[in-house]
Amino acid sequence: MGVDAMLTHQSLRRLVEPGRVHRSLYTDPQIFALEMERIFGAAWIYVGHESQVPQVGDFVATRIGLKPIVLVRHEDGKVYALHNQCAHRGAMVVAPEAGNAHEFRCCYHGWTYHTDGRIKSIPLQHGYPACLDPKDPKLAMVQVPRVTSYRGFIFASLATDGPDLQEFLGYAATSLDDMVDRAPDGEIEAAGGVFKHAYNGNWKLYLENLCDAAHPLFVHQSSIEAAKAQADTVHSDGSGEIAVRQMRQNAAPYSFWESQVGIWTYTNGHSFLGDYHDDAKLVAAMNDPVFRDYIAKLEARKGKERAKKILEVRRWNTNVYPNLSFMSQFQQLRVVHPVAPNRTVVYTYNFRLKGAPEAMFEQTIAFANIVNGTGSLVLTDDLETYGRIDAGLSSEGAEWLQIGRGFTSDTADATGGVRGKNSTSEVYIRNMYDAWLTYMTGEGQPVRAAAQ
Amino acid sequence: MIGDSSSREKAEAFLLREARLLDEAQYEQWLALFTQDAWYWVPSQAGQTSPRDTVSLIYDDRRLLETRVRRLLNPSIHAQNPPSRSSRIVANVTLETDRDDGILETRSKLLLTEYRRNRLRTYAGTAWHRLVRDGKAAFRIASKRVDLIDCDGELEGLVVPL
Ligand code: FES
Ligand SMILES: [Fe+2]
Repeated sequence: MGVDAMLTHQSLRRLVEPGRVHRSLYTDPQIFALEMERIFGAAWIYVGHESQVPQVGDFVATRIGLKPIVLVRHEDGKVYALHNQCAHRGAMVVAPEAGNAHEFRCCYHGWTYHTDGRIKSIPLQHGYPACLDPKDPKLAMVQVPRVTSYRGFIFASLATDGPDLQEFLGYAATSLDDMVDRAPDGEIEAAGGVFKHAYNGNWKLYLENLCDAAHPLFVHQSSIEAAKAQADTVHSDGSGEIAVRQMRQNAAPYSFWESQVGIWTYTNGHSFLGDYHDDAKLVAAMNDPVFRDYIAKLEARKGKERAKKILEVRRWNTNVYPNLSFMSQFQQLRVVHPVAPNRTVVYTYNFRLKGAPEAMFEQTIAFANIVNGTGSLVLTDDLETYGRIDAGLSSEGAEWLQIGRGFTSDTADATGGVRGKNSTSEVYIRNMYDAWLTYMTGEGQPVRAAAQ
Repeated sequence: MIGDSSSREKAEAFLLREARLLDEAQYEQWLALFTQDAWYWVPSQAGQTSPRDTVSLIYDDRRLLETRVRRLLNPSIHAQNPPSRSSRIVANVTLETDRDDGILETRSKLLLTEYRRNRLRTYAGTAWHRLVRDGKAAFRIASKRVDLIDCDGELEGLVVPL
């Protein structure tokens, strides 16, 4: 009996109610397998940035769900996403994480492939039956059917049809705009290495945490208190300054979260937390000479009016469901890779704003270390929390998880979405489950009460 | 005295003392080993040349190192509830430089096993200490770099200092 037969649409729908979801959504291997098929196998999945493969032959390894993928720029200038699997007997063809190649050769029996995945040569071809046709498009490192980029951000979909990328992103595309628009030269590049952190817990927990404004005071109490008690007179080369300020910011009281910060959600599970980090207060403080220099460069390239508009956009995390969460204001981008129902790996990238002072990129790096770093004083308590959730879910206690906070006060937004009354609303989780149900069963449900 | 064989032994004794403080979670005493403008660095890439243009698993100046230690001692640090126990083997200590202005550089091997909540984790790598002589017998750490062999691998949260 296949997975499909056991988990009917009806039984899946029973797991998601307007203000609560069943705990098995985070632990059940069959549900996980179905998610890989119906969500990661259908949605637009972020696979990389154009700047990671600038030249013909450049490639970088990535994944779509559990599938190993190679993202490569072919000689026609286009970027292809190829299944990293040999058409002969299935070996993974491309072993390095990144590089440049004019062809790909399998280590096992030497089949070679063009960088768009087509077969180039088969050694000892006379020995194979005549029906083995090297021109057969299935006899290839098979291309992912749809690959599209939006302002340099490359997405791929394993489904041959469905909404196009623009429609999929909807208003969430404005957060990607924000990321790029902040560059004086209008371009960004992935740079500065990558963090890869793993935790024992479900992939959905990650996205659910990143727009969770109710957690910092609890989860991050240790780093908040440590940073608050830190004397400012002690030597810093700059990296400690940014880090300590960021940790202190997590101490903002609930009155702040509930009056000055908002949460916006959009179709397909996307959302962002906004109006949080005011440049005047935080990392890139207005009186910081580096930031002043940056503003001057932005104004010089874009004009004062436009520069002002660009800097007015204040977003913290934007989630593009199901595998992307980024901070447009701070040039950080995280890609969520599910591994198992209770195992997830997150890759975090940084971006350089072209045309900005190099010192600004150094601040991006220092910020990344403290906010997204493997040894961060902040993130390590989030990772611990995911592990605790996973441990808790294995109990026989609460069968349902509550995601109803703010349920009756969500309101329709002028930009076509639904926003919480304030940032501590769990509307963005309900919104993700709306998308989840749509992918899993073909039909969503009103998880956003007031808006329906 | 400069370059004499006892320099290496003294430095090694100092490194062992540092490891012991960490094994015993004596974080304040560990912090006291560092100079006022010290840095502590765990790169994210093999052969990483700068902490400024590339992310690091840890890159602490003095200010952040103090904050790190204060957090380790804070009772609400969830990632250390329950706390880890750790065991460090420091070996293969060599003296890389021994300058007459009192600065020494050592290279050593670190094998750290961490136990927490029924799991053992292992960290292996090379530590580079830049030590300054502080009086006759003692040293201070001006900088410490630890290159983990899996620095660019998929890692779980790094909480206990290396
Ligand atoms: S498996 Fe690749 S050539 Fe045989
Ligand atoms: Fe957090």
